[in-house]
Amino acid sequence: MARYSSVLELVGNTPIVDVSALSPNPNVTILAKLEGRNPAGSVKDRVALSLIEAAERDGILVPGKPGQVLLEPSSGNTGIALAMVCRLRGYHLKVVLPTNVSPERRQLLLAWGAEIIDSPGSEGSNGAVRLAHTLSAQHPEWTFLYQYANPANPAAHYQHTGPEILADVPEITHFVAGLGTSGTLMGVGRFLKDHKPDTQIWAVEPPSGEMVDGLRSLEDGYIPPIFTDNHGADLLDRKVVVRPKESIEWTRRMTEVGLFVGISSGAIMAGAVKCANTIPEGQKATIVTIACDDGWKYLSTGAWSDDIDDVVERAKKIIYF
Amino acid sequence: MAATIRIPTVLRPAVGNQATASVEGSTIGEVLSALAAQYPAITGQLLNEDGSLHRFLNVYVNDDDVRYIGGVDAPVADGDEITLLPAVAGGAA
Repeated sequence: MARYSSVLELVGNTPIVDVSALSPNPNVTILAKLEGRNPAGSVKDRVALSLIEAAERDGILVPGKPGQVLLEPSSGNTGIALAMVCRLRGYHLKVVLPTNVSPERRQLLLAWGAEIIDSPGSEGSNGAVRLAHTLSAQHPEWTFLYQYANPANPAAHYQHTGPEILADVPEITHFVAGLGTSGTLMGVGRFLKDHKPDTQIWAVEPPSGEMVDGLRSLEDGYIPPIFTDNHGADLLDRKVVVRPKESIEWTRRMTEVGLFVGISSGAIMAGAVKCANTIPEGQKATIVTIACDDGWKYLSTGAWSDDIDDVVERAKKIIYF
Repeated sequence: MAATIRIPTVLRPAVGNQATASVEGSTIGEVLSALAAQYPAITGQLLNEDGSLHRFLNVYVNDDDVRYIGGVDAPVADGDEITLLPAVAGGAA
């Protein structure tokens, strides 16, 4: 079918493409699920739609009723996806955004009519979460969907992303995804463990903890409630950290298989390569990774064209992940 | 056996503002205890009183989170690089 009544029908059912030309191990197939094909451009379209539909089912939001305001902390993609859905549903969205995200993210939020509330860049996403909590307490009349704790976030992946992956790749042995809110890993991971229990679930930790300078102490740390609510430490089989430089390197290498993807997708691919390197000789494996979004929002970083050390230095000041 | 520990910005004041430290130990528990013995100000920020890892601290041996490879008993070999990272909110996935 190529004709749709609403752009929201285009959310999900994304293609999976074989990127094994980049696999370091000839016995390991690597496949990337292209979430940049979602209408607002990222895997977060699934989450945004799920969060809003759940709130509408619960009567928290009423489509078409004037004066409804939503508040959400986001370093970009969730805000952008929510802004698109809110525009269609008639809700006003306020996004708490660190000041140091790439300018394209800010522009996209404005394009879909969202209002931006700045949070200190030095505090990264932690600062955005903290400010959103404060504002939510001051404005109980605003709807705070809070992607980091809302079960509708992993539910989107349990109900859709996971089944899509298993239908397209029934031979999957490993699933590798990034750890942000943990929604993708908790939802897809739980679905795969329920339906193909031998599947290994690997988390890739972006190096943001290295780059957030605004932490006063470890007690300012943050673990998403979704991760603890879903017993994330038991669900995951392995977790690896990926450095800024290898993230940029693998973002560039994805163009060798024709994929122009965002920097977090490069980081996740670097994690998939680490996973492939652990498969013993003579053993076959099939890894599925998530390419969270496309590269368009990161062109201003010079990630594909500038000297890689300059890009890495810039990554310490601007949130790319 | 000596391993290099990379210290995150938030913990550097407790270790004389160094970005790295070299310590002895054959498990993560031993290495972190040795670091705390060398820099008492960091005690309590690495391990809890029962010897488990601080909740908001992620510890990696050569990029592998130790919580999934044995926790404080995860082995450390000569020349390994250990990275300490605070747990922070992400959002990309």
